[in-house]
Amino acid sequence: MASELSLSRQRQRAAFWFLAPMLAALFCVAAWPLIRTIWFSLTDTTLSDLYGGEWIGFDNYLSLRVLESGRWVWRGTLVDPAWWNAVWNTVRFAFVSVFFETILGLIVALVLNAEFKGRGFVRAAILIPWAIPTIVSAKMWAWMLNDQFGIINDILLGLGLIDQKIAWTASTDTAMTAVLIVDIWKTTPFMALLILAGLQMVPRDIYEAARLDGVNPVKVFFKITLPLIRPALAVAIIFRMLDALRIFDLVYVLTPNSAATKTMSVISRENMIDFDKFAYGAAQSTLLFAIIAVFVSLYIWLGKVDLSGEGQR
Amino acid sequence: MTARKLIGNIAFYALVLVIVVFAVFPFYYAIVTSFSTGTQLFQVNYWPTSFSWANYESVLGGRNFLRSVWNSVFIATLTVSFALFLAVTASYALARVRFRGRGLLLMMILAVSMFPQIAVLAGLFELVRFLGIFNTPYAMIMSYVIFTLPFTVWVLTTFMRDLPVEIEEAAIVDGATPWVIITKVFLPLLWPALVTTGLLAFIGAWNEFLFALTFTSSETTRTVPVAIGLLSGASQQEIPWGPIMAASVIVTVPLIILVLIFQRKIVAGLTAGGVKG
Repeated sequence: MASELSLSRQRQRAAFWFLAPMLAALFCVAAWPLIRTIWFSLTDTTLSDLYGGEWIGFDNYLSLRVLESGRWVWRGTLVDPAWWNAVWNTVRFAFVSVFFETILGLIVALVLNAEFKGRGFVRAAILIPWAIPTIVSAKMWAWMLNDQFGIINDILLGLGLIDQKIAWTASTDTAMTAVLIVDIWKTTPFMALLILAGLQMVPRDIYEAARLDGVNPVKVFFKITLPLIRPALAVAIIFRMLDALRIFDLVYVLTPNSAATKTMSVISRENMIDFDKFAYGAAQSTLLFAIIAVFVSLYIWLGKVDLSGEGQR
Repeated sequence: MTARKLIGNIAFYALVLVIVVFAVFPFYYAIVTSFSTGTQLFQVNYWPTSFSWANYESVLGGRNFLRSVWNSVFIATLTVSFALFLAVTASYALARVRFRGRGLLLMMILAVSMFPQIAVLAGLFELVRFLGIFNTPYAMIMSYVIFTLPFTVWVLTTFMRDLPVEIEEAAIVDGATPWVIITKVFLPLLWPALVTTGLLAFIGAWNEFLFALTFTSSETTRTVPVAIGLLSGASQQEIPWGPIMAASVIVTVPLIILVLIFQRKIVAGLTAGGVKG
């Protein structure tokens, strides 16, 4: 008994030393920079003088000045229309893209879960969008969506769906649609693979039994398949949602400087690096962090999602 | 009944065809464009009508592009080696040793990998400046740890959980220390997982844009995504689409070949992260 105890203590001590280097590395590149970002957001630091900032409290977020004339002037990110525009863009992008990626991902996963000739080929084909770097996809689609020489306008004109060429990425009406199309194209494969993994864990004999009983396939899907893959689906959706809320590269390259698509990440970086409002940008990125943290907590709490996989053990 | 089945089959294969065309067409079109020059670029061709290496020559002839490729290879390789080195021991502790707060620690690691990277940008910028590594590859190598390390730890932990307990028990009975168990018993079994995880982390580091854009200031230190993202002409009308597509094809073909070779393993690695159970 005593030796068993000491063995488990020995293992625990070893575990500590095995974890320490990783935790130290994560502290240096994640926790410490996050703390510094939050601290910067409470100062008036500028990019050219990182150590010359002074503490100004929450003025970057919201401050009130009463002018001598008695007028109240609110300042800060929380009353900045450009910031709220970015919040709205990000939220709209995240919900619409994840919605379509889930539906299309489900369809692709159901197709790949069926037995048919050439299944391996189809799976290989859908991995291609996933393998292409985001920046490269943005450029490829920017070319295809080009207003003058783009193939998309050519196809749509040929089919008679539009009567004049559309400036997809430049026009404020269609810029968001362009970003959504590229993101859905690029990420649906990932979603499909995650859902497929869930589908493959559903025992085949359940379908067999349902088929013998003559249950309608649509009913089988909603009554059997969907409830059984719900945990896999929930995890896939949260991963995608978090990824969508922080989107930067696609928007930055596909629709540069377009107010119609500027997301929270894009606007914070712009303030931090390009506009020399370092502390103001830090405040905006802190807000994005807070929004995502609240979102994750709510999702895990409401959905009772077991992300760590410890529950199964 | 057979007629209905036939129609069902046709509809099914039509759906398959749509999926494949939708997935592959953009890359196919990039290849077609990369081989066209001059006026051909400005008319829409669905099929390759000419074959010219001119765009490839212009991309590879510019000294900075090959330099960017080398930067990306160097950064991604070093980042992944470092992450795997730390992740193997850490994931052993997380997968095989019971201790208080293990679930919480796993959740924290997952939380870091889901981090909005913009939230650490200001702090990392300060750190990069403080260490004097701004505009060097080491700025990227350091900052990429934030997403490669949690990812590799997470995936290796799920792989290691599935290794049979008996092997480890036998080693313990023989008096093996945890370090010996990892290096002599588990590591040989883990090679396939290491290759998969390393490849996925490599792709992540290869594709990263935000940090690479922010922490470099000269053309010679850019990584491939930044070089392609910032390749532009003097005005909207002069964007060099031919060379951009050639550069895109050059950096994408090796990735696609790797992904197709390892596709089964990659699918396993991608799904090991989230969908366990």
